[in-house]
Amino acid sequence: MGHLNTTRNVPNADDVYAMLIDAHEGKTKDQSDAFNARLILTLINHIGDDAVIVEALAVAEG
Amino acid sequence: MTMQERYPLAYKSYPYARSPDQDAATPTRHPVVVVGGGPIGMAVALDLALKGTRVLVLDDHEGIGMGSRAICFAKRPLEILDRLGCGEPVLDKGVIWNIGKVFHGEKQVYEFNLLPEDGHKFPAFINLQQPYFEKFILDRVHALQAEGLPLEIRGKNRVDAVEQDGDGAVLTVMTPDGPYPVAADWVIACDGASSPLREMLGLGFEGEVFKDSFLIADVRMKADFPTERWFWFDPPSKAGASQLLHKQPDDVWRIDFQIGWDADRKEEMKEENIRKRVGQMIGDDIGFDLVWSSIYTFQCRRMTQFHKGRVIFAGDAAHQVSPFGARGANSGLQDTENLAWKLQMIIDGKAPVALLKTYDEERIHGAKENILNSTRATDFITPKSEISKLFRDAVLDLSDKHDFARPFVNSGRLSVPCTYDNGQLNTADALPGGPARSRPGSPCPDAPMGDGFLLGHLGRAKDTRFQVLALDAALPAAFSAHGIDCEMIALETTGNDLLRERYLGEASSAVYLIRPDQHVAARWASFDEARVSAALGRAIGKEL
Repeated sequence: MGHLNTTRNVPNADDVYAMLIDAHEGKTKDQSDAFNARLILTLINHIGDDAVIVEALAVAEG
Repeated sequence: MTMQERYPLAYKSYPYARSPDQDAATPTRHPVVVVGGGPIGMAVALDLALKGTRVLVLDDHEGIGMGSRAICFAKRPLEILDRLGCGEPVLDKGVIWNIGKVFHGEKQVYEFNLLPEDGHKFPAFINLQQPYFEKFILDRVHALQAEGLPLEIRGKNRVDAVEQDGDGAVLTVMTPDGPYPVAADWVIACDGASSPLREMLGLGFEGEVFKDSFLIADVRMKADFPTERWFWFDPPSKAGASQLLHKQPDDVWRIDFQIGWDADRKEEMKEENIRKRVGQMIGDDIGFDLVWSSIYTFQCRRMTQFHKGRVIFAGDAAHQVSPFGARGANSGLQDTENLAWKLQMIIDGKAPVALLKTYDEERIHGAKENILNSTRATDFITPKSEISKLFRDAVLDLSDKHDFARPFVNSGRLSVPCTYDNGQLNTADALPGGPARSRPGSPCPDAPMGDGFLLGHLGRAKDTRFQVLALDAALPAAFSAHGIDCEMIALETTGNDLLRERYLGEASSAVYLIRPDQHVAARWASFDEARVSAALGRAIGKEL
């Protein structure tokens, strides 16, 4: 069982953020929402640890 | 004939005076004519004139424009000015700062420290009103003119037309006494973001226009805010979608409000409305004078080539960025240092005209880097779409509590000097263990040297000599190749840890070949005449 890493972990934050925003370029709201859903599911699979997912859900809840 | 003033002056430094050229039967020919007397035009003119070229500056005004405008000047441009002999007055007058804080509402969500390192003559950043910055350059020009500097400035000389042939250009120059022609071997256009010369030559200026506007209010007040850059997203004052506070000399503070694309400019510029916004932000109990205000919108764009025939573009005329990151004037000055030595060597017949292509390549590389950073900051501050705003707001929300989100907060990534990686003038790095920061293409990092600093000894202002810098390595007494007599500098690093750290790294000795603009052309562990000679030839464009 892992723990959610909430310290900075992305070396090129500006590059990654720009990739994310660019990926949405030209998409309608519905397309963007669907894209985000697919992206979240893909990343959840990569994490593959439900304890971590539980912590991430709590962070997103605010 | 009356000529319209585009802006009021802070200093009337070069009033119109009739030139004998205006009465000449045929156009007088000048080796270099600089169009535009702003900081970029004056810096490149001074650089070339110091190297011995006769330079004529044509400015459509009679001095330095009013208004604080550019206020953040980075270390590299200060080093460039120091090479020209006017870095110290700029440093003395400027406000040094290192800390930037970003707030979301009332909460601080991000902080950066420009981490001042020891052993540099100049700090990472100073703030100084642009008219002072320009005046210190001009003071230097005037002092040197008295000693015979071959630099002439003509005020109220506006270029209205340009015609090029293979080896020069003829400019039609409008004056209060009517037009006259000026012939030039080379023209350097430093005529600003709306560059008339660029228009006249029909050259493209492509890029992105951002749909937002910002109100600048520079106010004079006695306030005890720290000397830091403070930026708010959704400020508690509600005085703008974002707001910036930054200190300048003379108790003047730069305040920026993001007021939206649809703002009524005329209404917003009324003094009572500006005062209301400022009062909302700093509190009604603090008295202040309004020093200067302006509304700006911005673009990130650049020319696809920086020269066309004999007309070369520099500064805002060649590339324009949003102000977030202080990459405008700072990159313009890096254009001038890159251009001056190359053009001087071409004029002297020491380098092929093809060397000028590398001005385009190296400075377009710089412009791309600046545009990329400035566009990203602008996209964060002024999200271009709903989804972009959604992610931006998510970053700000998460940053209140979580460290991981803070690196994504972007209120401007501040100007750092450009390294010309993969530049055609570089020779591949041949110093195993050498520090990355002084790899070929880098501007030489400063370091302590005796009572002064290393950069004071690199990049001679008065010529275009290359230098060979040895650290704990043997050098011959003299070395020349390709018609260039290099200056030899041999240093011991014993007792100078910073010099060793910045130039040797893991290596036990090093030899650097350094360009006249203080950039590293090549480096090795020891001096080898054949290799240094080959690198020198490459660095002056012999292989292009």
